[in-house]
Amino acid sequence: MREKLIEKGLLLVALSALGSLLLIALFIFVEGVPLIVKVGIKNFVASTHWAPTKGSFGILPMIIGSVQVTLLALVLGGGLGIAVTMFLAEFAPRWSVAILKPMIELLAGIPSVVYGFIGVMVLVPWIRRSFGGPGFSILAAGIVLGIMILPTVIAISLDALRAVPLSYKEGSLALGATRWQTLYRVMLRAAKSGVIASLILAMGRAIGETMAVIMVAGNALLISASPLAPVRTLTSNIALEMGYAAGDHQKALFATGIVLFVIVALLNTIAILTMRERK
Amino acid sequence: MFNETFKRIISLFAIVCVFLSCQTGRKNSLVLAGSTSVQPFAELLAELYQHKHPGVEINVQGGGSTAGVRAVENHICHIGMCSRQLTPEEFELTAIPIAIDGIVVVVHHTNPVDNVTLEQARQIFAGKIRNWQELGGDDKKITVIIREEGSGTRSSFEEKVMGEEHFAPDALVQDSNGAVREIVATDPAAIGFISFGLVDDRVKALAIDNVKPDEESIREHRYPLARDFLFVLNGEPTPLARSFIDFVLSEEGQRALVEEGLIRIR
Repeated sequence: MREKLIEKGLLLVALSALGSLLLIALFIFVEGVPLIVKVGIKNFVASTHWAPTKGSFGILPMIIGSVQVTLLALVLGGGLGIAVTMFLAEFAPRWSVAILKPMIELLAGIPSVVYGFIGVMVLVPWIRRSFGGPGFSILAAGIVLGIMILPTVIAISLDALRAVPLSYKEGSLALGATRWQTLYRVMLRAAKSGVIASLILAMGRAIGETMAVIMVAGNALLISASPLAPVRTLTSNIALEMGYAAGDHQKALFATGIVLFVIVALLNTIAILTMRERK
Repeated sequence: MFNETFKRIISLFAIVCVFLSCQTGRKNSLVLAGSTSVQPFAELLAELYQHKHPGVEINVQGGGSTAGVRAVENHICHIGMCSRQLTPEEFELTAIPIAIDGIVVVVHHTNPVDNVTLEQARQIFAGKIRNWQELGGDDKKITVIIREEGSGTRSSFEEKVMGEEHFAPDALVQDSNGAVREIVATDPAAIGFISFGLVDDRVKALAIDNVKPDEESIREHRYPLARDFLFVLNGEPTPLARSFIDFVLSEEGQRALVEEGLIRIR
């Protein structure tokens, strides 16, 4: 009897997590969809003019900004993260793994505002001095986000690499392959889906990050191919303007949230599917 | 039987509740509407006032100066908020200045430029003048910093300086006066605009059309980016409106406005 009660109670708690997700989704959609319908989906996601207090609601610069910043973060953080993972999995002496792994995990615990602050104080002036421009840029945001996604990339891809059956490694080495060949051509291939899943989850983290990005990206409504140009991301747009937003302006920010929600939901679904494929 | 009585008691209770809330709603509430520049300050004052007088409900809405004036004309709100002078057609309304707002164009303290014309300021923020050399400064590309859409400082700057021009698309956007000041203080090529009260010695305030912004020039409206913030009334104010206005003009209310960067009315 008591057992059953605890079981039911726990089920209820688990369901409440699902419930709050549904409520959040419902709320965002109820607030945002009417505006998208009103201005038309094409004028919303494909127009470059954003002046919400004057009736223009184009979020294309923010979508492109989000993509640029996220891709750069993925190239920097993903590349570095996979390199570190390979080192930790195969080459690192035991004592250094014992130190490095917890430290990398600690990176995940640093609040994003701290990353942003270091970005503003150190990274932005450095970019301004070295490359010119205002310093607040795609590059600054990409570097900060690249560091922020390291723990995600390393933790998940390390698990994937360690889950590769030992017989693969032994077989490869027995056939005369070097350690590097074994790692690169056998183990990494075998762990591919896990590594890809780690990158996709990191992408979700990068695209959803707000505080650090708002501090270093410059938030200009600009579409530019230069990494030194300031950009605004979808998340920054919401956080930046929610203070005084009212009426349609506020609804437009919720609608920005819908676009973000759909992108992140898609990414997570892809990640889950690739992970499942592995098993 | 029991159920019926229970239902009756509940519905009676509900009716009483609705009735009571209507009563208090009518008597103890105050609606302000109008200028989005005044709105954040009015919200702050409303918060302070409600803290001192629990049970009072003050509702502050935006809409713009003209909408606020129309609303108070039609008795839709008790107090209209206005950040421009009243026009001659609006003579039957009473305007009460509550504070003076000065917006200051700031640059890095090492910048050799001291003065710009209003026209030059417009061109800089529209991205048409792009190098400090064109203004007699060093050969540096200008970094323009503006406020986010919806900000009162931004809307008054647009109204006073920009006219029909749009802000440069590559302008950096920050969501507070403090953040704008911080960037201007660290970037030698930056220019931005902030409220007068937030200027400190790490940034240099530019003269506009050869008028330096200081408390006197702003109060006398000689400085071009100065304007009165008005509360607009139609006829006799309600006792609550009267009491709120008295609070705003009191030492405490005025000090709160000065802390937010405005200049006191007296």
